[in-house]
Amino acid sequence: MDIANIQGYAYVFAMGFLIVVLYAYIYHLYTKRKNADGTDYEEYSNMALHDDLSDTPVADRFDAKKK
Amino acid sequence: MHTDADAFGFTVSGIFATWYYVGQRVLKVSMAESKFLMTLGKLHFILYVLGVAAAVISLFMGYTTSKEYAEFEWPIDIAIVIVWVMWGISIFGLIGIRREKSLYISVWYYIATFLGVAMLYLFNNMEIPTYFASGGHGDIMHSVSAYAGTNDALVQWWYGHNAVAFVFTVPIIAMIYYFLPKESGQAIYSYKLSLLSFWGLMFVYLWAGGHHLLFSTVPDWIQTMGSVFSIVLILPSWGSAINMLLTLKGEWQQVASSPLIKFLLLASTFYMFSTLEGPVQAVKSVNAIAHFTDWIPGHVHDGTLGWVGFMIIASIFHMAPRIFKRELYSKSLMTAQFWIQTLGIVFYFTSMWIAGITQGMMWRSHDEYGNLAYSFMDTVNVLHPYMILRGVGGTLFLIGVFMWAYNIYKTMSARPIEESELQSATPMGA
Repeated sequence: MDIANIQGYAYVFAMGFLIVVLYAYIYHLYTKRKNADGTDYEEYSNMALHDDLSDTPVADRFDAKKK
Repeated sequence: MHTDADAFGFTVSGIFATWYYVGQRVLKVSMAESKFLMTLGKLHFILYVLGVAAAVISLFMGYTTSKEYAEFEWPIDIAIVIVWVMWGISIFGLIGIRREKSLYISVWYYIATFLGVAMLYLFNNMEIPTYFASGGHGDIMHSVSAYAGTNDALVQWWYGHNAVAFVFTVPIIAMIYYFLPKESGQAIYSYKLSLLSFWGLMFVYLWAGGHHLLFSTVPDWIQTMGSVFSIVLILPSWGSAINMLLTLKGEWQQVASSPLIKFLLLASTFYMFSTLEGPVQAVKSVNAIAHFTDWIPGHVHDGTLGWVGFMIIASIFHMAPRIFKRELYSKSLMTAQFWIQTLGIVFYFTSMWIAGITQGMMWRSHDEYGNLAYSFMDTVNVLHPYMILRGVGGTLFLIGVFMWAYNIYKTMSARPIEESELQSATPMGA
């Protein structure tokens, strides 16, 4: 097998792999919130909308540690 | 001088200013809580201004490596690296003491800006100071690139294209993901789409630089790869831009009522426009006409004036009242600025489209024996009216910049307001 063949197979493999990664990531984003302790990523918008120092964080880093 | 002033002077100061504002707010932590970060931040500002001054002076003195966007000679490169590392410490320091567990999407984009530029700048500016290498001969400021010939061109355009990516795109997306939702009071249309677009952009952008070297001595497959990745780049770019337009869903009356929302909306629209135009120009057959013509600077300017310029202008309009605790001096001045600058940009890119395509076609024309039909001066004569239109466009934009500066200056002494008035839409005087 010459270098061009290896490149061809590597290309096909990389394309397949990246498509799987892409769809797995989308699947992860949509399903994570369904778990009991899952995250609804849409809530993260509130980090910008409620951004005063005195506002309650979307997820408090120090509260999370205590749990 | 012009590109360096825009990239390293205007845009980078906009990036730093918005980072220090946005970073503290979305991480819900104040820099005042850490004496180290506060001191570092102030030192960062002073050294940045000194660095920019040194860059400007050295270029005026004629010191240049002659690599586009990487003109600075080695001592200034070292100064830039120091300033950049200080910004990195500030980013990760602030993240280290944050209260918010997760990082808002803008923070991801700022981190990407820091890492991307660090990597690009270091590799493209690998150079050997000739004074030391030759045992004391020649000018101490002079250096030669570590790469030669085609390799130098490849590294240069990997850098050059990604300087556009990580200075003119990624941090500007960081800005719009904060300032548009905040100013309009609307949650991002789809936060998940913002995450997907982020990773898409990070993966694809770095491979597209080869389109600057179409029809040159680099291997054909690299040219094709540059073209293909440029086309793919439409997807993550439009993912972010459409996400921003849809954030205003049901709230379009804000576009009519607020000049600040007008700036933000047009910035996003120019981003879509520019990220469609770029890939079209990267297609080999289109590039055969467009390469080296005025269509290319036309494309760059609808991105830099319309997208980068409008976004930084809008960011400062949003931040200034909150920093000074005063309302914006004049809404009508701001509206006038918006229309004057939009008109300026339209003059600029439309004239450059026509000029570029005319130029490209004239360069290709030949008679039946293959002799070129036109001389260089023939093209200059034909392009003259378009150059005047371009000048009018540029002048209109510049007038708008002065209006902006005056508005911000007067905001410092405008009517004081309460904190409660600053939740979303920026309060403006008549």
